[in-house]
Amino acid sequence: MTESAAGPRSRHLRFLVARRLLQLGVAVLFVGANAWGWKILQGNLSSSVLLGTIPFADPFATLQLLAAGGMLATNALLGAGITAVVYAVFGGRMFCSWICPMNPVTDLANYLGRRFPWFRAGSRQDPRKPLARSVRTWFMALALVLSAVLGTAAFEAVSPVGMLQRGLVFGMGLGWWAIAGVFLFDLFIQRNGFCGHLCPLGAFYEVIGRFSLLRVIHDHKKCTSCWDCLRVCPESQVLNLVSKGSGSVLSGACTNCGRCVEVCHDDALALTFRQQGIAQSSGG
Amino acid sequence: MSGAKDMDRNETGRREFFSRLARGAAAAVAGGVVWGGLVREGQNAPLALRPPGALSESEFLAKCIRCGLCVEACPYDTLQLAGPGSGEPTGTPSLKPREVPCYLCTDIPCTVACPTGALDLALVSTDNGRTLDVNQTRIGLAVMDYHNCIAAWGLRCDACYRACPLIDKAITLEHTRNERTGRHAMLLPKVQTDVCTGCGLCERACIVEEAAIFVLPHEVALGKVGDNYVRGWDEVDQQRVNPDGGAADQVDQSGAGALDYLNDGVLGGEVDDD
Repeated sequence: MTESAAGPRSRHLRFLVARRLLQLGVAVLFVGANAWGWKILQGNLSSSVLLGTIPFADPFATLQLLAAGGMLATNALLGAGITAVVYAVFGGRMFCSWICPMNPVTDLANYLGRRFPWFRAGSRQDPRKPLARSVRTWFMALALVLSAVLGTAAFEAVSPVGMLQRGLVFGMGLGWWAIAGVFLFDLFIQRNGFCGHLCPLGAFYEVIGRFSLLRVIHDHKKCTSCWDCLRVCPESQVLNLVSKGSGSVLSGACTNCGRCVEVCHDDALALTFRQQGIAQSSGG
Repeated sequence: MSGAKDMDRNETGRREFFSRLARGAAAAVAGGVVWGGLVREGQNAPLALRPPGALSESEFLAKCIRCGLCVEACPYDTLQLAGPGSGEPTGTPSLKPREVPCYLCTDIPCTVACPTGALDLALVSTDNGRTLDVNQTRIGLAVMDYHNCIAAWGLRCDACYRACPLIDKAITLEHTRNERTGRHAMLLPKVQTDVCTGCGLCERACIVEEAAIFVLPHEVALGKVGDNYVRGWDEVDQQRVNPDGGAADQVDQSGAGALDYLNDGVLGGEVDDD
């Protein structure tokens, strides 16, 4: 595998392991709150309460409800505000790769597609004629319009993300079929199809995370142009600066998953706060 | 570079633009119809019983963020969050009283937990949320199926009446004569519509195979009279007809007393006895 590189294995997977632990941890806390009454993190990813005091709410779900005409109570608005500020200022589109339970599902499909290329034999590969990335942005707009027309949160009503994150805590029902559908779509039809092209929630975090502090930064002088980073990146268009110039990955589409950083054996990428210095050095 | 060629390129560009616009609009409409249809289908659950304090179904669906905090707050596992394919809007809370009814906690933890106001404390309290009063809960309305109620057959059963947390207020017993035997009484349970909380303890308690008393949402259980009938004997209702208390309808009467023309001969002649 091209991913294997010099250096200890643990370092090579540090972000991946951290992400899986966080995703699992959040799910376990939610399940514990429902099943055994833990008061650490109650609710689900749509709206939750940390330690019985700090409210969080999905800002996109909140926006849909506002579009639907629901004058929400301050608790939900406050929670949505806190969550939106955390991602907008700090994490960017981090929700998608560090919290969202759909991420392991689509990552698995992506991994299988890379590992066994025959899965992708008839699928629409990225460089040739992919489904446009902008589709998810249009879906985001459509979700708000439909919410206003139907008087309820339109994406929440059909969201595979919602079905999975809610189902893990409260029972999946027929939700497994939706998850299986997304998995098969990603594996056979469109690489990174759901998260990369369709999910309006991802598009929302892409919009609000555009100016966040946490960024992947690239040192072009260390880069040997092996393209390992582009191969693992679920939003490979954001790495367009690799081997061309140093600086920060500025696209809001980057989920800050850190896979590119891990697989780079030239130490040319890092996940850290925005750095002006490196950007300037590329200009010289 | 000829002008004609420029025009040509402009023309192609314009065509391309309108073509893209049309395709985009078509995709948006098609997507919207399919997506909207899916949402509508999921919304069509007129029998869903919502937790205490829930707004009307349409307002509820415009506010519920589907977080399940009410479900977690419920100490009796009464509330369930609808899963995909359950026939109810996915992720919204509801209860099935025949399985687990609402025990009407006096601190109403489910309503208190709601972050969005889809469950509104003002609906289960006096003085707008300051003093909780769980008896104002209106989850739905208990409805009797007398055809399958054994008390209405003349057998002795008052399970629902005894189970009701508002005994003698929300369910009363009507004593009637058993016409079949001619010598026994029947004690018929009767739901008082304006008191019933819809908690469903009666439905849970009903001893027949499928409950003969069951809770339905108000939208389903209740009819509607309309504005054209007024309870004339009810002062408050009568206000709808005479908002000013009927003063406008008062007609000035003449001060003269009633005429007694048969005896007084006011017709101008003596009474002819023939």
